[in-house]
Formats: sequence, C-alpha cells, structure tokens
Amino acid sequence: MQLTVWTYEGPPHIGAMRVATAMEGLHYVLHAPQGDTYADLLFTMIERRAKRPPVTYTTFQARDLGGDTAALFKDVVAAAYERFRPQAMIVGASCTAELIQDDPGGLAKALGLPIPVIPLELPAYQKKENWGASETFYRLVRALSGTPVERAPVDGRRRSCNLLGPTALGFRHRDDLIEIRAILDRLGIAVNVVAPSGATPADLGQLGEADFNIVLYPEIARAAAQFLEKAHGQPFVETVPIGVGATTRFVEAVATLAGVDPAPVLAGAPSRLPWYSRSVDSTYLTGKRVFVFGDATHALAIARVAAHEIGFRLVGLGTYTREFAREVRAEAALHGIEATITDDYLDVEAAIQAAAPELVLGTQMERHVAKRLGIPCAVISAPVHVQDFPARHSPQMGFEGANVLFDTLVHPLMMGLEEHLLGMFRDDPEFHDGAAPSHLGHRPSDGTHAVGRAPAASPLAPAPAPIRIEGEAAIQTASWAPDAEKELKKIPFFVRGKARANAERYARERRLPLITLETLYDAKAHFSR
Amino acid sequence: MNAHAPQPAACDVEIRPERGQRAVFCGLTSIVWLHRKIQDAFFLVVGSRTCAHLIQSAAGVMIFAEPRFATAIIDERDLAGLADMNEELDRVVTRLIERRPEIRLLFLVGSCPSEVIKLDLSRAALRLSQRLAPEVRVLNYSGSGIETTFTQGEDACLAALVPGLPEGMEVDDDLLVVGALADIVEDQFARLFAELGIRARFLPARRAERMPSVGRGTRYLLAQPFLTDTARALEERGARRLAAPFPLGAEGTTGWLRAAAEAFGIDPARFDTVTAPGLRRAWQALAPYREKLAGKRVFFFPDSQLEVPLARFLAREMAAELVEVGTPYLHRAHLAAEIEQLPGGTRVVDGQSLDDGLDRCRAARPDLTVCGLGLANPLEAEGLTTKWSIELLFTPIQGYEQAGDLAELFARPLDRRARLEV
Repeated sequence: MQLTVWTYEGPPHIGAMRVATAMEGLHYVLHAPQGDTYADLLFTMIERRAKRPPVTYTTFQARDLGGDTAALFKDVVAAAYERFRPQAMIVGASCTAELIQDDPGGLAKALGLPIPVIPLELPAYQKKENWGASETFYRLVRALSGTPVERAPVDGRRRSCNLLGPTALGFRHRDDLIEIRAILDRLGIAVNVVAPSGATPADLGQLGEADFNIVLYPEIARAAAQFLEKAHGQPFVETVPIGVGATTRFVEAVATLAGVDPAPVLAGAPSRLPWYSRSVDSTYLTGKRVFVFGDATHALAIARVAAHEIGFRLVGLGTYTREFAREVRAEAALHGIEATITDDYLDVEAAIQAAAPELVLGTQMERHVAKRLGIPCAVISAPVHVQDFPARHSPQMGFEGANVLFDTLVHPLMMGLEEHLLGMFRDDPEFHDGAAPSHLGHRPSDGTHAVGRAPAASPLAPAPAPIRIEGEAAIQTASWAPDAEKELKKIPFFVRGKARANAERYARERRLPLITLETLYDAKAHFSR
Repeated sequence: MNAHAPQPAACDVEIRPERGQRAVFCGLTSIVWLHRKIQDAFFLVVGSRTCAHLIQSAAGVMIFAEPRFATAIIDERDLAGLADMNEELDRVVTRLIERRPEIRLLFLVGSCPSEVIKLDLSRAALRLSQRLAPEVRVLNYSGSGIETTFTQGEDACLAALVPGLPEGMEVDDDLLVVGALADIVEDQFARLFAELGIRARFLPARRAERMPSVGRGTRYLLAQPFLTDTARALEERGARRLAAPFPLGAEGTTGWLRAAAEAFGIDPARFDTVTAPGLRRAWQALAPYREKLAGKRVFFFPDSQLEVPLARFLAREMAAELVEVGTPYLHRAHLAAEIEQLPGGTRVVDGQSLDDGLDRCRAARPDLTVCGLGLANPLEAEGLTTKWSIELLFTPIQGYEQAGDLAELFARPLDRRARLEV
C-alpha cells in the first residue's frame, strides 16, 4: 500500500485510452464502474478534444455484482459494435473489473464479431499509464500489422518510414509531429503511417510497407518498433530529436537508414539556439543550477539541452518512469549526480530542496513544488495541464523545437542585463531583494516582500531550513555569528542563497558550531574551485 | 404564489427510469469540497491508482497547498496476500498522522476495489480510533462508484458522522440544517434564522469537535437534495425532516426558510419582515438574467442530483423551457416539493443511458445543455451551448444573495456564444 497525494501517471487503462483516442475507427470497451468515466474529461477538457474518446464503459454497479457482470459486458460490446461500427475493437478491464475476473477478451471473442477484437491485459495494481499505452500499441501492431510484405528494391526509389509514438494527451506530440514531418519531407523521405495518432486499424495493416521506423517516444513505441523489427525486418531510429545536438544526430541517423544526404537539412544555422546561447546576454545562464524531472524521454533530452546547449549546471535529474531508470541513472552519472527515480512527488520535493537549484524543469507537480519554494520553473513533461496544450505551435522536437526550448528554459529566469542591474542597484526601492523579474508579474508570496524589507530567502535561493535529511547527516545547522550574518546580506541576493548553503554545508562537514566571517570566506574559497 | 411563475404547478410530470452506460463521477469526487468544509478532517481513500487519478483530475488537476486528502493505493502485494492489508493500512495511517498532527477526524473512504475485495474499513476505523483516541477520531464510509454517484459521496460521509453526533435533548428548540454549504452561505442562513428567532446548527460543522447534537426532539432541514442515507440515519436517531423545497433561487430559498419558520411557529408577519430584504435583492439580481434565459430550452444530463431543483428554478424564476431533466437518482420523497412545482409535461429521466441521452439531446438541439465535464466540449463542438455542472457544486449558489450568481452561471455560456464573432 502506497500513500499518494498526487500521482504522475494514471492507471494503465488510461494509457490504452490515449492510444484509442488518438486513433480513428477503433473502439475501446472498458469493463469499469461509473466513476472511471472521469477519464473522458482528460481528453475533452485538458486537451480540448472536440470528440468524446471512443470508449464505452460497462459502468457496472454493486447490484450487478451479485448477478451477471459477464453478460453485461457482452451486451455492452455488442451494442457498442452496433452503434459505432469500428474497424477493430480493444477490450479490457479497469482496476475494479480486474478483481471480478470476467475475462473481457474471451467474452468478446465469444460474440464472434466480424472485426478484429484485441484483448488487453493491463495489470492495474502493478503497472501504470505509459506502460499501458506501450502495451496497447504493441498489441494493436502485433494483431493488425499483418504478414510481412516484400518491399520493392531500394534502388533509386524514394524511401519511406513510419512515425511511431504520438498519442492523445501527449506532451507537445501534436506539434512535434509537424516538425518531424517537415524534416522528413526536406530529406525526401515519405511518411508511410503515423501511429497511433490519426491512424486507423487498416493503416496499421500497412505498417510493414515502410523501409524503417522512427520511434518518437520510446516509452510508448519502443515495444512496437522492436516487434516490427523482428516481424517485418524494419530497423528503427530511436534518437529523440529534442535539442540541436539530438536533432542533428536524428537527421543523420534517419538519412543513413534512408540512404539520403542529410546536408541540406543541416546546412546553415537551422536553429537559433546555438547563437542565442553564445550571445553575451546568455553569460548569466552559465552554470545556473537546474533540477530536471519528468518522464524519461523528456527528462533525458532536456537534461542534455540544459547542460550542453544552454550551459546550465545539472544539479538534479530524475524520472517517474521506472522502466527507463537505467538510462536516466547513466545520464545523471555523466553529470556527477545521482538520479532521483521515484513516483512519489514528496521525494521529488525533498530532492529539489536538497539540491537548491535556481531553476526547476519538471512537470506540473514540480511547478507547484517550485512555486512553494519560490524557485522559477518551466514545464517540460507530462503529467499535463490545460496550459500544456497551447493554441500556438509549440514543439519540443526538431530545430524549431530547440528554439522553443531556449525560450521556455530561459523565460522564468531574469534576463542577463536585468540581473546585473539588480546587483548594482540592489538598495534602490525598485530593486529590493523581493523584486520579481520585471517580465514576470507574479511572486510566490506577495506582501511578505514589502519594499525595504530584507526577506530571509531570495527568490532564486530558498531558505535551506526544511531539508529533510535522514540519519547521520541530520545534525544541527551551525548558527551564524552576527558579523557573518551581516556580511552575508552584502552579497547580491541571487547568489546569497548559495553562499548561505555553502557556508552551512562547510560548517556541517567540519562540525563547526558557529559560522564566523572567517568560515564564510573559507567556505567561499573551498567551493569556488 | 409567485407572480413570475409562467405555468401552473402540475402533477403530470413524466418520470422515466433509464438504465445503461452512466457518465457520472463516483462519490470520491465529493471529497474535493468536503475537505474544504470540515477543516480538521482528512480523507484517506483506500483504493487504486485510478481513485487517486480521478480525484486529482476532478479537482482541476491540482490544489496548491498540500490537501487534506490522499489515496492509500492497494498494490499487487496487498492483493496477493503477501502483505497484510490491515497492517499496511495502519502503517499508512501512522505515517499520515505523524505528518499531519493537526488532523482530528480521519475518514477512511472505501472505493470500488476495496468494496470488491471486501476490505472491512469499519473494523479498521474502530481499531485505529482506539489507537489514536482521543486526538483523532476515525470513521469510514464508501465513496465507491459501484454504490455511489458523485454527490452521494457527501451523503455517505455525513451519514457516517450521524451515529457519533452528541445526544440531543428530548425537547429541541434548535433547527438542524443538513448538507455542506459554502461557509459564506452558511453564515447568511445562520443570520436569517437568528433574525427569525430560530437557533440553527449545521451538519457538517467546520470543525470535528463542534459537530451538532441530534435526538428525538430534533427537526432538520435538508440543504442538499442528495442526502438519502444521512436523512435515514438522522431519523434513526429520532430526528424529523421538515418537508421543503431546496434553497435555490428566490422562491426556493423562501420556501425552504418558510418550512422551518412554520415548524417553529414563527409569526408569518415576522417571517415576511425578515425575508423581505433578501428576497428583494434576489429578484433584483435575477431580473437581468431572466431576460437572457426566458424561453431558452434547457436539457439536463444526469450529474449531481441537483438537476430537479435547478430545473424548477430555471422554469419558474427564469421562465426557461425544460426539454429534459436527467438525474442520476431521484428521491421522490425528498424532492416532492420540487417535482410538484415543475411545469406540466416535464420529462424527468431517473438514471442514465449515455448514448440514448446524447441522441435525444442532439435531436432536441436545446439552447443550453447542462452536463458533466466529459461531454461539454464535444457538445460545444457540435454547436450546442453547454454549462458544466460540476461548477454548480463548487460555487456558492444557495440562498437569496447567491440567486443572481446561480442565474449568471446559466446565462454566461449563452453570453459567450453571443459575443464571439469567430
């Protein structure tokens, strides 16, 4: 039993719904009680879909449990077929129906419908949303991709690929797809099928005709791509094209598989990110401490962009996608840190506090945590919010995606010149410690930062007090001598939090009971390496 | 008699039962407003990841502060019997109470999975109550979707409170008002009752230790139409319900207050004096919306069980036309005063068959469709104007001072459609 306040992922049948809702001509009959129908609003409200998800729920009640829920399920499947006339159906159980063991697959099969009916086994007490999406997509591809076809000889022929992974309710999937299609078009590669997004069951039958596959979101499409590789002899590219470097590697990998020249696409300066990161205004970004958390695809990609393309320093990296823990741990190790692999947002909160970052790149959960801690934050991954489906084109993938990422990652911070001005004029009323960046209207807690008052914590550095440290490390924090405390106040506020934390850490490690002026500068020297 | 009533009150209301696919939240959803109401209570759902996901989705993704609700997610180890579920529950509750020492009342809330595996939460509540007494009292109820819809979760929660309420006196001069109301509405009603000369107590109270007493002399007024089990539990304690309409709109509020005034022998002249200012303000606030809503054809999908009183309000006070009034469950006795005020020929559908309801709605093409969040955007995309019904639970809408706000909730979607040129 796990105590949970908020959850990063829904149950696995939500993943199945994301696949079904993305597709056309597919219907999902879910053996589930009425409460489970809340899932519709994820699609109609958060993503603003104009159609209901193609899902029929049996909505069995307590009084049905004594009777025949299996018969109810069969009736519902038959009625859904009659009403919606889909090309194929998927059937399965939600958490409650899993317990009553009605065997949706067997029951649906017994109806002898004239369409493929694919049973889904999604263990709700064990697995979660992304796994459910992956498993559903894999089952669909397995059942519907048909027998291997003889592809025409490659000589001189235009090569084609499938784009695998975009689903409903996916973080920026809609816009990523547009970017990737544009890149493939410029490379002269045809797109055979995009799936699940927009594909019909019949389209899945055409998957085998492509020369290779592109996996955009490994959490969702890796299993299907591995199957297609085995069954249809299609190699696949799994480089996630988020960031300039990754997009370049993606273009090269795809061009190699297709036997085309990547140069036209890579020529010139396809993204503004490299120049923006090099321009002098970005000096202030250098070495800023960032904490990255999200699903594995986005956490890994954004960590690389943050560190190698903007020049931030990674002080935290984590994911709630346990299936990809190994990759995330390996990436974290490259940055000399330990990955946070957890689906408990309280653990993530503790990790953020301990890392004392100046910027958090996370999900909507981390946005709330950062807000509480007064740290700037940008959202880079699901779980999503209605704000994560902007009206404008806002991809993460491709070169335009890199441009968007530069803006997204930099926007929450103060602009370079602004930061220097704050340092210079910090005693002026407009530039007191509590002043927010002028381009951001909001402050985490207005009122406490009245003009002329020096708050305990600057907006960029939270007070380190509430860090929960286990065991030996949890010793008393050294107290501050008055002159050291006074000196600390003279340090520009945007580095003051770091100075405070460093001095306290220095004192803690040496078991010094009092932080003096001497300690403060010893610590500065120690950590300035 | 109300001069605004467009049609005579009629008894020929057609009540049609319907069974099929439902599209209503389960009772767990009511935790979203209950935890705001009872300020030192914590709601621990014992359920699955779906339950946790439901509450966070229904709560508009997330509430800022750490909320006073959580889910103890049952996992494979619990089901396989590898972990003793009661021990696990005790461990989770211990961790929770350590983390939130200000909690005085803990509800263990049953879910579909916990009901199906027959996890005995009443025994767990008793055991934990003994262990945590006197600081924390532990109660249990079911918010499961196989037994409750949406607002019935509040009913189950309040019903669980009733047996533990202090014993009231044989002769009780106080009125008990039952059903969670926004604090501002509760305060308004308390003032009105005080001016009438009636001492009113409210269930639920805002704090666990201040729950009202109940006994053989207690007379109570339901403030919400979905409190079937709570009413039954109160009757078992000897309390008597005062039959009344619900306090929605000017007329509804007057009828509701009058039921109490009559039972407590308040002089009618005094009643008129006390209610006149509120009533006048309510009609004043309603007037501009009546222009916008008069003659508009309204279709209700089943959602909160507030549908019948809301339909009565729209028909009588706003002169709207009722195409269909769907409700997930119709308690005929509690709603008797409402049903008799519905216009003649109104079609009330008790229960739901979603796709059939959608067919009827599309065929009728109403001017305004009141529905749940899952249906609203798809219907808007089909050109229908909708009002999402969950807002009617989260917004203060009862009483004279909120009558205008209630009308505005229905008028705004029409207003939006009228303003937009693209």
